[in-house]
This record gives sequence, C-alpha cells and structure tokens, in this order.
Amino acid sequence: MTDEDAQREALLDAIESVAARLAAEKSHLTELDSAIGDADHGANMDRGFEAVVEAVEELDEASVAEITKTVGVTLVSTVGGASGPLYGGSIMSASTELGPGITAETAVAFAEAYLEKVQDRGGAQVGAKTMVDALTPAVHTLKKSIEQDDLAPLEALAKAVDAAERGVRFTTPIRAKKGRASYLGWRSVGHRDPGATSTLFILEELLETAEDHLDGGAERDATATTTPDKTPEADGDGVDGEGTDAEGG
Amino acid sequence: MIGLVVVSHSAKAAAGIVEIAAEMGGEGAKIEPAGGDPEGGVGTAVERIASAIERAADGDGVVVCCDLGSAVMNAEMAVETVNIGDEVVIADGPILEGVLNAAVEATSPQATVESVVAAVEAARDL
Repeated sequence: MTDEDAQREALLDAIESVAARLAAEKSHLTELDSAIGDADHGANMDRGFEAVVEAVEELDEASVAEITKTVGVTLVSTVGGASGPLYGGSIMSASTELGPGITAETAVAFAEAYLEKVQDRGGAQVGAKTMVDALTPAVHTLKKSIEQDDLAPLEALAKAVDAAERGVRFTTPIRAKKGRASYLGWRSVGHRDPGATSTLFILEELLETAEDHLDGGAERDATATTTPDKTPEADGDGVDGEGTDAEGG
Repeated sequence: MIGLVVVSHSAKAAAGIVEIAAEMGGEGAKIEPAGGDPEGGVGTAVERIASAIERAADGDGVVVCCDLGSAVMNAEMAVETVNIGDEVVIADGPILEGVLNAAVEATSPQATVESVVAAVEAARDL
C-alpha cells in the first residue's frame, strides 16, 4: 500500500469514527444544547456527518485534501445553524493545508487554519463559552508539542485532546458571551458548552483513529508505545502545567 | 435595481418581513425571503440564502439583512459561494426596520448598494 493509500484509508476511518461517535452522542449533545441553546446541536451534527459518510463514499481515488474539502462542503449544506459555517466552512478552507498529504507539519497547519477560520467567522475569543474554548488550547498544544517539544505525532495529539478536555470543563462555570446561550446571560452558567463538547468528541475520535493507524505499521511512531489513554495521567494542573494549557487562557 | 434578501431563522418571519417591506417599497421592490434550516425547521441554510440572492440579483447588486448570529454566518457563506456578477453586501441593522428602510431606498432611482446598506444601518436610530 502506498503512503497516499494509507493516509486516505486512515482519513476515511476517522470520518466514520467521528460520524459513529456523533450518532452515539446525539441525545447527549442535544441535552446540553437544550439547556443553553436551541436543542438541535446533536441532531444537526449527526445529520451532517451521516451525509458526509455518504458523500465521501462516492469519491473515487480522491486526495486527502479533496476528501477533507468534501467533508466541509457537505457539512455546510446539511448541518444548518451556526455549526454549518463554523465546522464545515472552516474545514473547507483549512483543507488546502493538507495538499502535501497528512504529516505532523500539515496537521498543525490544518489545525491552525481551522481555528483561525472559526474565530474569524464566529468572532468568539477564549472565555466566551464556545467551541473556541476547547479548540484553542488543543491547537496551541498540538503546535507546541510538535514544533517545540518535538513529540511524536501521537503523543502530541493525545496532549491536544487533554487540553481540549480541560477547555470543555472550563466552559461549565463561565457565562456565555457568544451564540444563542449569550441571550441567557447568567443563566448559562453551570452548563457545559455543546460546541466545545462536540469538538472534544471529534478530537478524541481523531486520536483513536491515529492510534489504530500509526501503531500498526508506521515505524516513525514506534517510540510511542505508551498508549496515551483517554484518561489523562495528570488530572490536575500540578504536573504538566508549565504552559501547555496556559496558552489558552 | 438593488435586490434585497431577508434572512431569518423562521421562514414565516422572513416571508412576513418581505410582506411588510413590499408594501413600503411598492411594486418595483425586489425582496426575497430566505428562512429556515436545510430541512425547513427553525434555523438558516446556506443554499436557501444563496438561491434567494440569485433571485434578487439583476445586475445592480444585492443587500442581505439577517436576524440572529448564525444567520449572519450562513449569509457570509452564501455570499462566498454564490456565482453571480452582482456585488453582494451584508448589512447590519435591525432586521424589520432595516429592511423597510432599505425597501424604500432601493426603489429610488439613485440607489446604490452603499446607499441601501446605509438605509439598513440608519434604521438603528428609528
């Protein structure tokens, strides 16, 4: 199997895993969204990714950038609400970063382009109780882990997922400043943000797929045998609090 | 003539605003509603907005007015994807009053995209 085939297969697996996860979490996400939003996030994301799975199945020998672009285009036309442009539109624009294929470097470039587009389009900063609260620390952690700490891609992605998880927890006690929840003012306090939560689910599935595909044959990641479990080894801020998550806030 | 597009989370609200504004703008006004999510429920949809822009466009330009947050985002996506020669601008103002003001301005022979956008924004002071 060529590298290109392997990447395509991994990407298609990731898309299926994300779709399955969002289908499984549909009522959970809708429950979160009914507390502070319009109770459609679970159904919208599920509908969107169901359409995505069908759309990518129809592609033939497409590059990873083309597949990724199709994911975005399909989400834009099927999700509706703010999630269409925020998830789909951002994937669409960031997809060009994967032109050279999926490497640690292009993954960081994709993540940064995605975050930039989300912020640009939605106008939310960290602390507004939105998906940005999970996404920003995740992207910054991924970038730092790859570019400065020189970690293996799997380890870097695992750290990014941990950072996103902390970001999601951070959305619970704060007041919404963007999105439908902002109309509720202080009543939004005490609820976890649905967009941050679905962002975490997506990242968790990307990590899991990466583990499946990189652990098997890829020799460059043979060092990462300490499987990064989904439960972070350090739950508090004490152990690895020097900077990885501080960047977000 | 400058076309107008009314983007609302509710197809009924969009149609209702068009109904009121058409009365203000008279026969000539070209105002198209774009309400509802991809399945027709409460929400907004890029494709609905894009096709309303196409219907409203006759070469002189289109001004789009939106209600809540995601309507603006979906309108932005629609403006980016729509394939017409017209200038298309999203105007920020109160949707009902803004569209009424814009409908009056759009039917004036001197109207430009800029003057219609200004009419929408001026509705903040109504």
